[in-house]
Amino acid sequence: MAARKISLFVTCLVDQFYPEIGEATVRLLRHLGVEVDFPADQTCCGQVALNGGYRSHAVAVARRFVEIFRDSEAIVAPSGSCVTTVFTHYPELLSEFPELAGEVESLRNRTFELTQYLVDVLGVEEVGAFLPKPTRVAYHDCCHALRDLGVASQPRQLLQSIDGIELVELTDCESCCGFGGTFSVKYSEISTAILNEKLRNVDASGAEILTAVDASCLMHMGGAMRRQTMQARPMHIAELLASGLPGGACA
Amino acid sequence: MPSIRTKEFTPRASEAINNPTIQESLGRLSNFRQGREEAIAEFGQERWDEYKKRAQEIKHETMEHLDHYLDMLSTNVERAGGHVFFAHDVQEANDYVAGVAQANNVKTVIKSKSMVSEEMGIADVLESMGIEPVETDLGEYIIQLAKEAPYHIIAPALHKSKEEVSELFERILGTPAQSDITALAAIARKVLREKFLKADMGMTGANFGVAETGTIVMVTNEGNGRMSSSLPKVHVATMGMERVIPRLADLSTFLPLLTRSATGQRITSYVSFATGPRRSDEEDGPEAFHLVILDNGRSNMLADPQLREALYCIRCGACLNACPVYSKVGGHAYGWVYPGPIGAVVTPSLVGVPIAKDLPFASTLCGACREVCPLNIDIPRMLLKLRSDANEGPKGTRKANRVEAMVMRGWRMTVGGPRMFTMAGKVATLLQWPLSRNRFLRRLPPPLSGWTRSRDFPKVAAKPFRSRWAAMALPPSKEGSDGD
Ligand code: SF4
Repeated sequence: MAARKISLFVTCLVDQFYPEIGEATVRLLRHLGVEVDFPADQTCCGQVALNGGYRSHAVAVARRFVEIFRDSEAIVAPSGSCVTTVFTHYPELLSEFPELAGEVESLRNRTFELTQYLVDVLGVEEVGAFLPKPTRVAYHDCCHALRDLGVASQPRQLLQSIDGIELVELTDCESCCGFGGTFSVKYSEISTAILNEKLRNVDASGAEILTAVDASCLMHMGGAMRRQTMQARPMHIAELLASGLPGGACA
Repeated sequence: MPSIRTKEFTPRASEAINNPTIQESLGRLSNFRQGREEAIAEFGQERWDEYKKRAQEIKHETMEHLDHYLDMLSTNVERAGGHVFFAHDVQEANDYVAGVAQANNVKTVIKSKSMVSEEMGIADVLESMGIEPVETDLGEYIIQLAKEAPYHIIAPALHKSKEEVSELFERILGTPAQSDITALAAIARKVLREKFLKADMGMTGANFGVAETGTIVMVTNEGNGRMSSSLPKVHVATMGMERVIPRLADLSTFLPLLTRSATGQRITSYVSFATGPRRSDEEDGPEAFHLVILDNGRSNMLADPQLREALYCIRCGACLNACPVYSKVGGHAYGWVYPGPIGAVVTPSLVGVPIAKDLPFASTLCGACREVCPLNIDIPRMLLKLRSDANEGPKGTRKANRVEAMVMRGWRMTVGGPRMFTMAGKVATLLQWPLSRNRFLRRLPPPLSGWTRSRDFPKVAAKPFRSRWAAMALPPSKEGSDGD
């Protein structure tokens, strides 16, 4: 495999709440021969403001993002929704800076969700991960990864290649978990009703691990799984794919 | 115009969520979803996508030249002997219809299902004039008896169980209790037959208005569109100004998309065409035909490039069926005529963002609506636009929340650079320290209490990724990444 260089956009959520997902992402990429750098100026993609209806703030943060990553060969993030912000929304958000148009267009096409990068760009078929004991894992399709980026087969293909995994499909795997950013707080009762239906399907699948490409959706579902003391526990796909690889612990 | 109850979104959503009968009814949406999927599979995905693309192109062409096509439609309706009235708003539309009813000494009006007539609230206007309006679509008839608003664009009484319908008929029509749906329909049919025969005016909507022929097209499953437009001596059709399509042949694109998206049917039981009133050599049909074309804020949407595509909507209801929020809160929470994802775009656009602020925010932006929409309408993007209008739009059109705006300014400073960002994380770790012994918080103060009512919240990590990176950035040999 040709040497590849990427810049990691770790996302603000992973940076502050789930640093181990960031570490797993780095381990996984390095294991596959990818050179990783971490532009230290990065913070957030602006999704929080965009979602909350504060477009002007989102524009400012998006501008920063473009400056920080302008020289990166490729940008990889362990998140489908942050990549969607760049891929789907940056052209419109930054439309008031016509001088940036070319750069934004190029940037959005160089920004990838982790599994998308591994499968679509690198052509990886298996990563060589293994689980210490046979484990039932269910994959949840996060909305933005699925519908904006077309990420559906890539994570499944990589998960299938893990030694010791039994991948099960959730009923209505493509339906939303009810997170939706500020929605989950502002419309807590509705969000919870949607979430509970999702969790019934997780439970029915008999999965021991629920995985996904977004830490935010897992924070949402996982937070309720913990509250309800369900048997399944959440784990980000980067951690599963890095499981058993050198330099880290097993899942 | 019917009362606007958009401000009651949250309590009415809550009511629906806590009502088991309603949740059971909403569960039946899966039949629509499944029907649609099977119909598309049979049609062929590739062919479906071609049809969608063509439909979008036709709508695009129409909206770019809307004045031209409306003019053509109006000319051709008049050429066929009908009258056309362009109503700027609901008041004008209602006044016109009331005038027609008065001039014809009308006592009873039979109506077939029409969202625009709901938007006008014409039934109430007629009633206040001593005229009896009768809904003839079974679902509409049920909610008329119950004095409620439609619950769903194509299934207005979706939320009613058959027990509730039986009880309603018993109470209002005095018929004996019935548990059989066919028997219930038979009761309604008998009552409605008599109304059909004595009505002196019929009102219908128009799924499409064909510009080149001056024809209005009604898509129904009960045939009541045909009855309402042909039995009484006066036929008044109402349509939103975006319903116009250029050519009759365009129906071969729209009809397959509409019926499959709506119910999964290849075609509905009735597709009725009406071009003007009865001609001299025809045996039946109305003596007079009026077409009311309503603007009521649609021009503003047309003028806004970010909302214009919402006018492409053919009201199939697929986005409602696919929406995780609609599937829980149902139709009444949306508080006006148009529920669900498309309602969350149309309602604030027509009645104003400030009084309908909840609607664009009460969405997870999952994109399921856009995925199923036969016109590919990018509803999530429009919701984002309306959100930012609500917070940052020009004075008088926005409804910002001061505290939230302050929090957002704080957030912007925090993510403005790595130093502030790291510091904010450190402060958070200190603040959360006394709150819990493990990695999770069980209770957070408002507004975050919304999260912890059903979910634990993770603590901020003691050492963020950026502080761990230095250790990871060591030469790869120490990482042992040569192992394969
Ligand atoms: S927005 Fe699309 S899916 Fe929703 S009712 Fe209109 S045409 Fe149907």
